[in-house]
Amino acid sequence: MTTDPVYVTDALIAEDIDAYLAQHQQKSLLRFITCGSVDDGKSTLIGRLLYDSKMIFEDQLAALEADSKRVGSQGQEIDFALLVDGLAAEREQGITIDVAYRFFTTEKRKFIVADTPGHEQYTRNMVTGASTADLAVILIDARKGVLTQTRRHSFLAHLIGIKHIVLAVNKMDLVGYDKTVFERILLSYRSFASEIGITNFTAIPISGFKGDNITALSDNMPWFKGPALIEHLENVEIAAAADEAKPFRLPVQWVNRPNLDFRGFSGQIASGAVKPGDAVRILPSGKTTTIDRIVTLDGDLEEAVAGQSVTLTLSDEVDCSRGDVVAAADAPPEAADQFEATLVWMADEAMIAGRAYWLKLATQSVSATIQQPKYEINVNTLDHLAAKTLELNGIGVVELSTDKPIVFEAYADNRTLGGFILIDKLTNATVAAGMLHFSLRRAQNVHWQASDVDRDMRANLKNQRPALLWFTGLSGSGKSTIANLVEKKLHRMNRHSFLLDGDNVRHGLNRDLGFTEADRIENIRRVGEVAKLMTDAGLIVITAFISPFRAEREMVRAMLPEGEFIEIFIDTPLEEAERRDVKGLYKKARAGQLKNFTGIDSPYEAPETPEIRIDTTVMSPEEAADLIIDRLLG
Amino acid sequence: MTDTLTHLDRLEAESIHIMREVMADAVKPVMLYSVGKDSAVMLHLARKAFYPSPPPFPLLHVDTTWKFQAMYELRDRMAAESGMELIVYQNPEAKERGINPFDHGPLHTDMWKTEGLKQALDLHGFDVAFGGARRDEEKSRAKERIFSFRTGTHGWDPKKQRPELWNLYNAKKAKGESIRVFPISNWTELDIWQYIARENIPIVPLYFAAPRPTVERDGLLLMVDDDRFPLLPGETPVERSVRFRTLGCYPLTGAVESEAKTLSEVIQEMLLTTTSERQGRIIDKDGGDASMEKKKQEGYF
Repeated sequence: MTTDPVYVTDALIAEDIDAYLAQHQQKSLLRFITCGSVDDGKSTLIGRLLYDSKMIFEDQLAALEADSKRVGSQGQEIDFALLVDGLAAEREQGITIDVAYRFFTTEKRKFIVADTPGHEQYTRNMVTGASTADLAVILIDARKGVLTQTRRHSFLAHLIGIKHIVLAVNKMDLVGYDKTVFERILLSYRSFASEIGITNFTAIPISGFKGDNITALSDNMPWFKGPALIEHLENVEIAAAADEAKPFRLPVQWVNRPNLDFRGFSGQIASGAVKPGDAVRILPSGKTTTIDRIVTLDGDLEEAVAGQSVTLTLSDEVDCSRGDVVAAADAPPEAADQFEATLVWMADEAMIAGRAYWLKLATQSVSATIQQPKYEINVNTLDHLAAKTLELNGIGVVELSTDKPIVFEAYADNRTLGGFILIDKLTNATVAAGMLHFSLRRAQNVHWQASDVDRDMRANLKNQRPALLWFTGLSGSGKSTIANLVEKKLHRMNRHSFLLDGDNVRHGLNRDLGFTEADRIENIRRVGEVAKLMTDAGLIVITAFISPFRAEREMVRAMLPEGEFIEIFIDTPLEEAERRDVKGLYKKARAGQLKNFTGIDSPYEAPETPEIRIDTTVMSPEEAADLIIDRLLG
Repeated sequence: MTDTLTHLDRLEAESIHIMREVMADAVKPVMLYSVGKDSAVMLHLARKAFYPSPPPFPLLHVDTTWKFQAMYELRDRMAAESGMELIVYQNPEAKERGINPFDHGPLHTDMWKTEGLKQALDLHGFDVAFGGARRDEEKSRAKERIFSFRTGTHGWDPKKQRPELWNLYNAKKAKGESIRVFPISNWTELDIWQYIARENIPIVPLYFAAPRPTVERDGLLLMVDDDRFPLLPGETPVERSVRFRTLGCYPLTGAVESEAKTLSEVIQEMLLTTTSERQGRIIDKDGGDASMEKKKQEGYF
């Protein structure tokens, strides 16, 4: 092989280290992702890149040689794959199960490689790795050509908005470096790529194992005129650099307030550039002001650009806090609370339509609910399928709404203001990644109607504090009985109350709902909203619903002002409730005549820290009601 | 197409973003400070992230009493300069039992560092701890998240770690759980050195070559840093021009013979050298291949 000029020249390091360092401080940074399976030689390719760029030291090499002989798959030759297959367990299984990040550097650039496995069950890993990448290297085994997984990887890379796709046709050594093999693959890939909207890609025939067309053009394939893989990686445009040309946006992360005289707004510039004197608009409030200073430890800056983390001060004292976006005054982004988006589901527990999740977008955190998917996308065939939910690794298009407007841009225009994650409110797990398409309506135009008589005035007139007494417990636990007694007692004490009973609501307001998990959630959501209106009216609202899921009870709690939601757990053991079986429902459920019956074939998630817990095995309904009234008014 | 920002600019901006993001959800954060070059860079980044405020968290040094003298000196100087509170923690049990690297082998690291760290975090109730680990240091770290979740008992479960997309970090946690945050995950050893040079960051002089009293033992060159160093029969300290590539407890940290007296010369030597950074540390070797991974599951950083 020819010696290549791209990599670290030992000579310059040895002769003039200062010149070398000066040159290397000016390097740019490219992040890319490699897609393919172990069989495509992906780990071997990455190992080769690290090896060729001298990121492997002698002691590691000695260990590698020993490992190669012991567990390697390349006989007596060095198995580069062993360099990158990380955790012990998976090394033994011979598969990679997560995203690993690798680093190497050439004369021109530093590279961060997100190495992700290619199997379908690892879609979430690939999406994770791709989310920060400027470029994707899609590996194809020259002997196998374009496979289902090639299509899947290309689709996902395109979905995440990666602009640069490299089709690396690997293992060319095993097909005799045959030009026609390469061209046949190129042709079939091109027709598929245009189908999904990839207009531009670069195809390179390589051998990761032998090192052909990696750092320099290979003599084994004189018919290929270039570029070699590294040369291409060194010259493609970096996505982050392109963001500088867009309008200015800075999501505020942190308000910097060392003393009364200084108030700075810290954040990383998502797009555009900013100078002191620039007119800016604070969103979502819409207030305008100008930039006063760009403050850093090294002194004030005259300009800052996309990608930089800075602290801005403003000329006027306008309200601005974490979650707000400082934007170019003449080209501000929108705020909205209903969207269409693509979701990639990442949790073992499937998506639940109607349930509230935390949504984090840039520095904004809000509560969001998702509708049933409009459709799910089969990542292999790209067909649109009807779906009620999304399972792990499922990708679908959904409509979602947030509890307050968020500042956003379409993901296609701005990754930072269009990409979001969903977080489960109970487990705190990151359950999905999403990309906003557009808002369904402009939230700016839907103002809250502020009335002159407010909730405090209504409550004062009634001489009481509004509250929501939320009874939860198994069917037959005694919720309705005790709730009734509580209301009777309140009435006698001249308190204005309203009892919302589960069965009664289902005869009217919620008669269109059944008993599936999704319907139960919607049932509770509506009851929560009604109860909220009633507390706004100044009432003490009493509800008696099984409300088996913790997340929904917490959703209702979040709707009300702090302290107004009082969770009352009517704690009756299942055996006891079933023994009572006032409505004969347990018998039916046991006989299989009732589906999704709580306690039998549908779970009940007991409250962990209810405001009030009533143990009905030691307390009469009368005593329970007195205790509740005592806690409410005492 | 030239990029306005260099790779160091981008790494710096990413690290600062991470540090500020922690402040959104953290109740009581702390920065682990080991006085090494990675800690030096971390401290510098924290000062940049929050300027003109001082970083809104204290520094925590989990001490073993066996660090190099020069490290203690720089530690105290940097704490004073940054205006940050410095908390020094020494595991009282290890202190009482006189645990030391000469007599107690792996128990020394386990008790002073692993246990000491857990005790210090529990004692102060820190819910987020910044650490200076990098993904390029070791194979098992290549997959470590930037926000790494620990159970109430400081355990690390690879299956429970959260996906990290874009620059969005989910820092929500249940009561009792804590997070280790690694803002310089994406930096390499070379990046660290280049950044130290560019930003003129003070580091412990031990990183530069100087004549120092050393003995050769088990294939390592050890520096006789104080009179607690028990010399074996026939051993006499020899003055050699040496420097250190990583710093820890002096009896556990191997020196390399070197003439590199300036930062440029150190970087030059690093680029031309043929052994990896962690080789000078004894700690990685016990337990073979997966030893770092095992340590992490036990709660070592």
